[in-house]
Amino acid sequence: MSLPALDFYRSMTDRVSKTLAERDMENKILIQVGSATCEHAAGSQVVAEEFVRHIRASGRKDIVIHRTGCTGRCSREPIVGVQVPGQILVKYERVNRDLVHRIFTEHIQGSAPVMKHVLDHTTAVLPEREFLFCEGSRCQRSGSNLRETFMAMLEARGIEPNRVHVAAASCFGVCSLSGGAPATYVLARPEKVIYRVNGEADLAAILDGHVLGGQVVEALRVQEEPIALEFLERYGDVAFFNRQSRIALRNAGVVDPESIDEYVGLDGFKALATVLGRLEPDWVINELTKARLRGRGGGGFLTGTKWGLARKQPDTTRFIICNGDEGDPGAFMDRSMLESDPFNIVEGMIIGGFSISAQKGFFYIRAEYPLAIRRIQHAIDTCRAQGLLGPNIMGSGFDFDLEIRLGAGAFVCGEETALIRSIEGERGQPKVRPPYPTDRGLWGHPTVINNVETFANVSAIVRYGGDWYSRIGTEKSGGTKVFALAGKVRHTGLVEVPLGTTLSRVVNDIGGGVSGGKQLKAIQTGGPAGGFIPAAMQDMEVDFEPLQKAGSIMGSGGMIVLSEDDCMVDIAKFYMAFSQEESCGKCTPCREGTTRILEILERITEGKGVMEDLDKLHRLSRLCQRTSLCGLGRAAPNPVLSSIKHFREEYLAHIQDKHCPAKKCVALIRYEINAEKCIGCTICARNCPVECITGTRKEVHVIDQAACIKCGNCFDVCKFAAIDRV
Amino acid sequence: MSDHCHGSTDNWPELERGYRAMLPEDVLAFIDASRGREHSESMLIATLHMVQGHFGHLGPGHLEAIAQLMQIPLAKVTGVATFYHYFRLQPRGKYLINVCLGTACYVKGAEKIAQKLRDELGIHFGETSKDGIFSLESTRCVGTCGLAPVVMIGDEVHGPLTPSQIPTLLEGYLARAAEDLAPAAASDSR
Ligand SMILES: Cc1cc2nc3c(=O)[nH]c(=O)nc-3n(C[C@H](O)[C@H](O)[C@H](O)COP(=O)(O)O)c2cc1C
Ligand code: SF4
Ligand code: SF4
Repeated sequence: MSLPALDFYRSMTDRVSKTLAERDMENKILIQVGSATCEHAAGSQVVAEEFVRHIRASGRKDIVIHRTGCTGRCSREPIVGVQVPGQILVKYERVNRDLVHRIFTEHIQGSAPVMKHVLDHTTAVLPEREFLFCEGSRCQRSGSNLRETFMAMLEARGIEPNRVHVAAASCFGVCSLSGGAPATYVLARPEKVIYRVNGEADLAAILDGHVLGGQVVEALRVQEEPIALEFLERYGDVAFFNRQSRIALRNAGVVDPESIDEYVGLDGFKALATVLGRLEPDWVINELTKARLRGRGGGGFLTGTKWGLARKQPDTTRFIICNGDEGDPGAFMDRSMLESDPFNIVEGMIIGGFSISAQKGFFYIRAEYPLAIRRIQHAIDTCRAQGLLGPNIMGSGFDFDLEIRLGAGAFVCGEETALIRSIEGERGQPKVRPPYPTDRGLWGHPTVINNVETFANVSAIVRYGGDWYSRIGTEKSGGTKVFALAGKVRHTGLVEVPLGTTLSRVVNDIGGGVSGGKQLKAIQTGGPAGGFIPAAMQDMEVDFEPLQKAGSIMGSGGMIVLSEDDCMVDIAKFYMAFSQEESCGKCTPCREGTTRILEILERITEGKGVMEDLDKLHRLSRLCQRTSLCGLGRAAPNPVLSSIKHFREEYLAHIQDKHCPAKKCVALIRYEINAEKCIGCTICARNCPVECITGTRKEVHVIDQAACIKCGNCFDVCKFAAIDRV
Repeated sequence: MSDHCHGSTDNWPELERGYRAMLPEDVLAFIDASRGREHSESMLIATLHMVQGHFGHLGPGHLEAIAQLMQIPLAKVTGVATFYHYFRLQPRGKYLINVCLGTACYVKGAEKIAQKLRDELGIHFGETSKDGIFSLESTRCVGTCGLAPVVMIGDEVHGPLTPSQIPTLLEGYLARAAEDLAPAAASDSR
């Protein structure tokens, strides 16, 4: 085949391999520093500068800094990786200026890693080799035995677990590539080889050949490259990462977000070349349909179907839009993808544009994400300069271009019809559907709107096939979902897991459970449009339908962990305040309904609630759900209804006993000083903003309840636990 | 293009000059460039972003100049500018402090951070400190929930924060503001 697109792609990859070869990264010591909004906030820029100073001062030419996006391991940022040729990448957590100096002198110049600061403190010494055994949580075959067998075999040969490290990892997705032959797959690092293992004999071969002989056992080696090989190779040793299955986030934290060459080096634009080489839009749509890819913006509509609908329209002026408004307060998946792997989203959009025969596409990104906007603009400009956007893309005859439009801080603009009006330069108020955007959207023409994460999956599906993707998820929904794990959880960050994974696995196994040793109370999914899943239901599978059945929704992927310290009425009030403020005011049930619901919730949290309020909440909520124009109003009551459903007793405590069990609602609590514990240190008195604490040094202090504003400062500052919150 | 809308007003060239004088060069170039394009009115929000980026807020004069030069009714320009929370119609301080009140920050105690900022600066949300250096606002989620609770000052995100870190944080910006002012003052006196 010598179609123009394939020729174009071949010459592009040839050029890129030459450039990458010249950079000769394989033989240099790489210092990998994350660069994304959260990494910057944690201080990664200072760290990068400090490394540059050190490299310059050392005069060494074989040490280079490699900028990447973020891996989504927020609570440990800034993360720095040090890759010495032939060794396993060592990752350091919470790096600061002082640590830079130690890493540079001890590890890079002195070849002794600073083990105490290694991410998650996984090991005391750096292992020479690592073997990761796949153990998909939904996989039928039994892999754990083989892993244990291998560990026993190593021990029997007197090989220390320190030297050769064995760990469990999530599904690599190789099995679905090779036609599903049941086996255990083992990733060996740092050789980056994957073995197919079928029993003890194979393990023995690896032990003799690879571990002791230092040679790759070619007979067992798998030829297929799983999608996230590069990611696993770098991060596979960390439990937080290796229990995930990364497809949408496969390049996050691996690729330099501003280097098209690196993206191409990771098979970037291969999917586009395939699509433009075949020139069959229906083939792409068919693959997406087979993949059972459902929109990741919350609704879960089948993407293949949506694209098919737009394609069938007689009107041939068509548009495609990437929804990067990400308004759910508590979600940051889309930001991270736009910042960390922008070319992948652009590639997904070009493929989408081709499949529905659009001439033009828009990125709608919220103005609060300046770095994401910069990176996408850079990706668009670069693609245009290289013939990947604009007229005659890849020489295929397909013309298409992309443009960014900024949001301006209105949550409702995430709703598709409002978003379209916002792009048109209007106030972003929703319209009645139908007509759906696929019939009449932007400027009245057929328009496809998809979420950032939906686009992030497209290139993977084209490359590995719809069947492969569908096998990863559940019967109804293919693939993975990225969650933004935050709130009272030990490891906050981005988690990508196959659909159908249990909530408990996400929160406990990957997230490390509730922080501070507290009890899990509930998991909130879907943001202001979602609901609460009580701790008792944490074994539920994460998928669109089960979540809905439990009174929540999948939503865009925000996942907030709530502990015993959180008051459910208070959190419901928080979401209602959000929806009330963000209601665009166009229709009465939403504008008035959210206001009245909020008033009732405020009354309850102030201890002024009456039993009738519960009925009123129900009635108003139902009304708002049934009669609002758009999804905002229709979903706004969800947090209220689901909290009443699962935590009715908390509402009763507030209403009947005037008591807040979580001791959160200010009007229902008091601060008191315990005379037995108070030693009279005076700290509390000095920190009270209204000076209502009296007492002299070394004497028991007293709070004037009438003047106390219940700010809780005294409670926070007392070092002797002498202040009670009652 | 401008002729057919303003053809009846003989003083349009003069008016236009006045409106152009109110907006910076890059915005004028942007408006001129978008005027020739299809759906030029859709560039309104982008234009508002640019003007606010330059002046820090959108004053009545700016809105009128935009309306006239883009040939969009002032009512619509104002309607759009007031609909979106991101646009500010009042001037603000040198540094805009946005306290994130998104879910993750809320459950991690953002209220206390907000209270500390109000105490330290002596202002409420929506106000500007007397020295004109800080304006205080709240925002819904800046997308760095992993670091909650966070505060965004200008383009920079800070987190996770405790109330006791706030004074030091503000001092850093005060020092920066003083540095920025110092050379300017020196050149003024010359
Ligand atoms: C109030 C409201 C806010 C929304 N916000 C977003 C958003 O921030 N991002 C998003 O992708 N979809 C959002 N949606 C869903 C969009 O309307 C639309 O369904 C989605 O972008 C379609 O993409 P998908 O099929 O890929 O999910 C929102 C919907 C509503 C009702
Ligand atoms: S439901 Fe609410 S947000 Fe949606 S159109 Fe009506 S008022 Fe506006
Ligand atoms: S801070 Fe605690 S110990 Fe000190 S005076 Fe107050 S209550 Fe007593």
